[in-house]
Amino acid sequence: MENEAGALSRVAGLFSARGYNIESLSVAPTEDPTLSRMTLVTTGSDEVIEQVTKQLNKLIEVVKVIDLIDGSHIERELMLVKVKATGSGRDEIKRLVDIFRGCIIDVTDKSYTIELTGTSSKLDAFLEALDSSAVLETVRTGASGIGRGDWVLKV
Amino acid sequence: MSVELTGAEITIRCLQEEGVDCIFGYPGGAVLFLYDELFKQDKVRHILVRHEQAAVHAADGYARSSNKVGVALVTSGPGVTNAVTGIATAYMDSIPLVIISGQVPTNAIGLDAFQEVDTVGITRPCVKHNFLVSDVSELATTIKKAFYIASTGRPGPVLVDIPKDVTQQKIAFAYPEKISMRSYNPVIKGNLKQIKKAVELILSAKRPVLYTGGGVILSDAAKLLIELAKILNFPCTNTLMGLGGFPATDKQFIGMLGMHGTYEANMAMQYCDVLIAIGARFDDRVIGNPKHFSNENRKIIHIDIDPSSISKRVKVDIPIVGNVPDVLRELIKFLKSTKEEPDQNALKEWWKQIDLWRERDCLKYDRQSSIIKPQMVVEKLYEVTKGDAFITSDVGQHQMWAAQFYKFDKPRRWINSGGLGTMGFGMPAAMGVQLANPKGKVACITGEASIQMCIQELSTCKQYKLPLKIINLNNRYMGMVRQWQEFFHGNRYAESYMDALPDFIKLAESYGHVGMRIEQPEDVESALKEAFKLKDQLVFLDFITDQTENVFPMVPGGKGLSEMILV
Ligand SMILES: Cc1cc2nc3c(=O)[nH]c(=O)nc-3n(C[C@H](O)[C@H](O)[C@H](O)COP(=O)(O)OP(=O)(O)OC[C@H]3O[C@@H](n4cnc5c(N)ncnc54)[C@H](O)[C@@H]3O)c2cc1C
Ligand SMILES: Cc1ncc(C[n+]2csc(CCOP(=O)(O)OP(=O)(O)O)c2C)c(N)n1
Ligand SMILES: [Mg+2]
Repeated sequence: MENEAGALSRVAGLFSARGYNIESLSVAPTEDPTLSRMTLVTTGSDEVIEQVTKQLNKLIEVVKVIDLIDGSHIERELMLVKVKATGSGRDEIKRLVDIFRGCIIDVTDKSYTIELTGTSSKLDAFLEALDSSAVLETVRTGASGIGRGDWVLKV
Repeated sequence: MSVELTGAEITIRCLQEEGVDCIFGYPGGAVLFLYDELFKQDKVRHILVRHEQAAVHAADGYARSSNKVGVALVTSGPGVTNAVTGIATAYMDSIPLVIISGQVPTNAIGLDAFQEVDTVGITRPCVKHNFLVSDVSELATTIKKAFYIASTGRPGPVLVDIPKDVTQQKIAFAYPEKISMRSYNPVIKGNLKQIKKAVELILSAKRPVLYTGGGVILSDAAKLLIELAKILNFPCTNTLMGLGGFPATDKQFIGMLGMHGTYEANMAMQYCDVLIAIGARFDDRVIGNPKHFSNENRKIIHIDIDPSSISKRVKVDIPIVGNVPDVLRELIKFLKSTKEEPDQNALKEWWKQIDLWRERDCLKYDRQSSIIKPQMVVEKLYEVTKGDAFITSDVGQHQMWAAQFYKFDKPRRWINSGGLGTMGFGMPAAMGVQLANPKGKVACITGEASIQMCIQELSTCKQYKLPLKIINLNNRYMGMVRQWQEFFHGNRYAESYMDALPDFIKLAESYGHVGMRIEQPEDVESALKEAFKLKDQLVFLDFITDQTENVFPMVPGGKGLSEMILV
């Protein structure tokens, strides 16, 4: 969509006004600074998704809408988690982070801050694997998606 | 270097460049520089209304009756909030408007400044698009875009919010001749493959119906629709917004359909095998219960410029995205070039069935009544104006009787709020219609409740000598509300009685107009004739009508089209 003030609120407003749900939404400018790219995750029947797509296309600032589910695609989300890390727990958490290919990016004597990217379900799995009482804080970006292979989304 | 103009000068110049001859507005602090520039020129006429809601309705009536973009100018804060009802009304009926609103200076935005509201935020859900102009360098292009977006594709209102300091800043003026936007390119031509499929389906039809709506009016496609209908000899029904798109006096016209549509139109709609929907959006007041509608097997072709109108409430078989005239031209070309035609015997049988339904005479009412029947007033109005008037209406029973009993043969003659159903629309809209059609006869069919919602505009009508004929069907009730209470709420008429009514005659007179009260059926015709003889006067005709009359047929909420309540 056009990288303009107000474009994001039009999308958000559309979803609330028409009762569609937003599971996550992530947006930032692209290599062309006049354009932003948004990845929006929503759920609904085929009819609802068809309407969502049409309604998004109708927004004047939206340049193009694709449903990534229609083709094979890659999806990634970034998560930062701050966990309690003391005593023997420290090693265990470190091992878990390695298994999930995350990194510990900040350390104190009481806590670790972990960075992890992957599909949203991988991030969920990581959180489940952690002892929930150890989790102090989580921040997630919501998914970003892109098509696989040589195919590119051009405007 | 070219001379520099202020933002205010630029705004007015843009309006001139767009060929705008008339705008509707109300001044205030944030738009004073704009008003100053209006004062200094005479190409754009300004009509001072008495309430900003009326400014937008008037611009709306102007647009609906002329196919030009209507323009309204309002100040920040309360000016804008007053205008919102008008904007939403135009949005729901897809009417091309440009609304220019003043805003507090850019450096005051966000500081809860005097008369500041988040105009772009408040209006976002009820405009096709809106802009906040934050720098004078963007002003001319933004206004150009506003007119372009409002009038192309599926039309709609576009708002341009201009902070006061932007109207003072100076810059060289150049009005862009053309605009192109990568993110906005409405489809005009229909897909030929789809059109061919549609032709095949049309040729196979045994019980066809043409169901047409506001899209035919908005795109000036009435002539092509008639041509198509004549080639095929198919029956045609119009939505409330589509009336006049097909001549009501033509024998192929089977009336309006929907909640208060005719028996024949609703039965044909329910039991057809091929439905050709043209610029109509399968509204809930049109198809009744969608499940009940889908119980019958039929194939649907849907022509609409807005993809989101297609398969929204009813799944269609052949969608054609495109501009109605462009698609109809292609359809007609194919039909003319093929030797095939639909099964004529089947079509004859279908017409026989429709004629049987017609015999039910679903719009009958007591013509012998000693109390004035509202239907009779509309029929007489039709006769007295020879079917040639512009008719605006408010919202309620009178609106439905106007739609049922005034036979519109031409498009853009029937002006009403269908989608939002805004009481108070009628008189200000009629002002806009009269200004767009100075020689036209303009009547506003209203009710004693609706008319009071914008009654202050009688003053505007006086100032600009607008000789409207106000047809007040005075049943002392919010009749439409009372009807629902009678049918669905055990006759408990909660707050629907209109107590303490003004003396409308004296009221009209106090504004310098002519008032007439008509209480006997035999006086209806002569009163109407007399009123239309007063060519230069607004005449307020207060018809004291039957309090208990109801609108029939009626498809109750949640029921199917064939489950009408009949007289
Ligand atoms: C009291 C009351 C009772 C009502 N009862 C009824 C009733 O009995 N029957 C009834 O029909 N309505 C009734 N209505 C009105 C109803 O609410 C809807 O406003 C109306 O049915 C919609 O009409 P439409 O389908 O023609 O769509 P419109 O709102 O006129 O929409 C036009 C359609 O055409 C499309 N379009 C626009 N321009 C073009 C173009 N250039 N090319 C192609 N497509 C285009 C648009 O995208 C849109 O889908 C009632 C309203 C009120 C207030
Ligand atoms: C602004 C607004 N408020 C409320 C309504 C709900 N409403 C629909 S019809 C109606 C009654 C209209 O009464 P009147 O103008 O006397 O017309 P009648 O039905 O009696 O012909 C009301 C209150 C509305 N449509 N618009
Ligand atoms: Mg009434």
